[in-house]
Amino acid sequence: MKSIYEISKKDHKTFKLPLCDISYELDDKYKRKLENNLPEISEVELVRHYTALSKETYSVDDGFYPLGSCTMKYNPKVNELVAALEGFRDIHPLQDEEDVKGALKIFKLAKEYTCEITGMDDATFLPSAGAHGEFTSIMLIKKYHLDRKDYKRTKIIVPDSSHGTNPASASMNGFDVITIKSDENGLVSVEELKKVLNDEVAGIMLTNPNTLGLYEENIVEVTRLVHEAGGLCYYDGANLNAIMSVSRPGEMGFDCLHLNLHKTFSTPHGGGGPGAGAVCCKDILSKYLPNPYISDDLKISYRDSSIGHVKDFYGNFLVVVRAVTYMLSLGRDGFKDASQNAVLNANYLMNKLKPYYDIAYDKTCMHEFVLDLSRFKKETGFSALDVAKRCIDYGIHPPTMYFPLIVHEALMIEPTETESKETLDRVADIFINIYHEAYDHSVDLSKAPFTTNYGRMDETNAARHPILKYGD
Amino acid sequence: MAYTINNASEIKEMLETCKVEGYQDLYAHVPKEAKFEGELNLDLGKSEMEVISIMKSLSKENKVYSSIFRGAGAYNHFIPSAVKSLGSLSNFVTSYTPYQAEISQGLLQGIFEYQSMICNITGMDASNASVYDCGTAASEAVHMTTDKKRNKILVSKNVKPSTLEILKTYAYAYGDSIEVVNIKDGLVDKEDLKAKLDETVACFYVESPNFYGLIEDTLEIGEIVHENKSKYILGADPLSFGILKTPKEANCDIAVGEGQSLGLPLSFGGPYYGYMASTKELVRKLPGRIVGQTVDSNNKVGYVLTLQAREQHIRREKASSSICSNQSLCALNSAIYMASIGPKGFYEVSKRCYDLSHYAYENIKNIKGYKNKYETDFFLEFVIETPVNVDIINERLKKDDILGGYRLSDNEMLMCVTEVNTKEEIDKLVEILKEFSL
Repeated sequence: MKSIYEISKKDHKTFKLPLCDISYELDDKYKRKLENNLPEISEVELVRHYTALSKETYSVDDGFYPLGSCTMKYNPKVNELVAALEGFRDIHPLQDEEDVKGALKIFKLAKEYTCEITGMDDATFLPSAGAHGEFTSIMLIKKYHLDRKDYKRTKIIVPDSSHGTNPASASMNGFDVITIKSDENGLVSVEELKKVLNDEVAGIMLTNPNTLGLYEENIVEVTRLVHEAGGLCYYDGANLNAIMSVSRPGEMGFDCLHLNLHKTFSTPHGGGGPGAGAVCCKDILSKYLPNPYISDDLKISYRDSSIGHVKDFYGNFLVVVRAVTYMLSLGRDGFKDASQNAVLNANYLMNKLKPYYDIAYDKTCMHEFVLDLSRFKKETGFSALDVAKRCIDYGIHPPTMYFPLIVHEALMIEPTETESKETLDRVADIFINIYHEAYDHSVDLSKAPFTTNYGRMDETNAARHPILKYGD
Repeated sequence: MAYTINNASEIKEMLETCKVEGYQDLYAHVPKEAKFEGELNLDLGKSEMEVISIMKSLSKENKVYSSIFRGAGAYNHFIPSAVKSLGSLSNFVTSYTPYQAEISQGLLQGIFEYQSMICNITGMDASNASVYDCGTAASEAVHMTTDKKRNKILVSKNVKPSTLEILKTYAYAYGDSIEVVNIKDGLVDKEDLKAKLDETVACFYVESPNFYGLIEDTLEIGEIVHENKSKYILGADPLSFGILKTPKEANCDIAVGEGQSLGLPLSFGGPYYGYMASTKELVRKLPGRIVGQTVDSNNKVGYVLTLQAREQHIRREKASSSICSNQSLCALNSAIYMASIGPKGFYEVSKRCYDLSHYAYENIKNIKGYKNKYETDFFLEFVIETPVNVDIINERLKKDDILGGYRLSDNEMLMCVTEVNTKEEIDKLVEILKEFSL
């Protein structure tokens, strides 16, 4: 597609300011002398350009988007309508409290719902994303230990199946990361855990269901053991969509957690953000929650006991507005319905694919499952990447590839609850077709996709000789 | 209201395929102690009509002012209709991070063009695809410069207070130390800066326009910092680059700031985004997503997420930042905004903010009893000393549907004037302020 800079022509411009005869002279020493090379483009050209770009972007509104661990469920339109209400969109963050009661009530509602769903006591909506929520949560744990003058706790335990953001968030907080191996069933190994637990451990970071889509069956024992060793337990809520109103992190024994409102609570991903990484916690960590703190009586306060600021103002407010809209829509019956069907959809698709592809850990899964294409690759010469790229030709988005790292040729499939049986049947047929294409070599999958406007990109060259802006 | 689809017979068939009798069997692995029995203590799901009605009435509990003279980090600018419309195209809104380049070329190109435009306005060599906000951008930027030998971060006292707080929180996490450089007449005290620069200082973070709206001597500050072989990080409202010296011209190493003024609504503080741009030398230390141009298998120009070897999904605990999701859609909105106003519009909006804020400044400081706190030049915002308590003035302004300046202390307010404040609005503001004249 033509770059906007190639469309640009001198003096193409639609924008105009009102006439005004006020002018003041700026001192020359402060003045910009550098030419500004922003594109010059009329409104019609602008609209056509971005409309063309949008058409070259696959989205949930286009079709099946089974990115494992990302929960690409349908983003209800009413959420967008509500977020565009002027009473939410056009209010200044530094208006007086009595001017923004409705906004503060949004946070209160969000807290009530998320705490009830997770079995926690308190919450903040300041973090902007999952990783930001992790970073914030681990800082709560850090502050908890330091406040107790327990200075020797310098280690955080992370399973080898975890998201990369977990160890990165721990090390951003100055912790040493201890990675423990999963057992032969893909679960946290209690034996491995016991080996590393001691009085230097500040806590553990766990995703449940884990990134293999499996419920951690020893979860209660795991959190008990960590607590006995004096550590705290953090729950990565990336996969909460599987278990709402079935199992709560509070009962599992966790002390704090983050939720991805842009996963479980249906706010759109926006091509990579903005999300919102709410952090919920038990009472023992409540006083450390980041500033500003919004209390139930709708007051904004700055507390000395807090870890401090992690985000400007009050977080991604309009994302929280969308999430609350969704929460009110679903209600207690809807959450259960959503989780149950997310799990049923995943199991149904897994069962349809099982005769053809190896399942990494073949048992009842939660909201997602992982295919292991190691044998497939050995027998056909085609990789997980090739299968993923071939999915594109059939009009669906590929699954997450090569994650979790403990499965070698991994394809991680999360259908979500907002797909019909008919879609899942069609998707199963697509994967089965690809299977046959690979085994009878009727299609060279290593060249897929064939039907798109673009072929596979040269990523190596992109990294070796970076061109990061127009004109580089 | 549920967004699930299948009817009872479809569900029955699916359960049969899974060889289970009901949903409960799918959860058989959940241990008894971790099972939640009973019902969540929440309302039943509501209809769309009810939800809209509830949310509308909540939105009406927020006061929308017809005239706004408050900034302090969130600015009321005009957003062209085309920007709003294009920014809400559902393919942009409901896509994920563009991991699959072949079906995400539009989004990737959009982000690449965003990066290019950030470089256009700042003059810097490279930009990432955005981070959460100005405060986290500044925090990530200072951390890009620290190492074992140089781990002290100097920050000017007049940066936005919440940015300073976020910097402190991140430094607490990372284990870096922060020292605040004093100010003199609202500007960086260069003598204090020189005194605090030593061989342990990794960088100096300063904002211009600073929190009081004052324009710093960015070139000279850079010279002082570079003399000490420390890195120079400049935070700025990007719209100021329409008329003010760019980070490139000030020789800064990393430029960061809050992108909200480029086409994003006030939204009670978010979502906004932080922009981050650097020199070539520091590109591989930038955190977060970066889009690069390359070619596809047919040698056709295309775009991919690149330099991923920096990121958490590859480096795990060795990554310098854990950022994964960013503020992509906000950044894309800004790109659409910048393209829609173009280089001339960018200059004009920036200059109009300068002109109107100076018009208000001249008229207010000449009212008896009011006084300008600082003497040096400013952009968009200025501090006024008031004859009566700021709260009293703001209560009065509220009666005329005007959101007054931000309260700095009992008798100091930070006024903000943008291109949307007309001369008539400013005249009216001045008339009301005169009621408190001595």
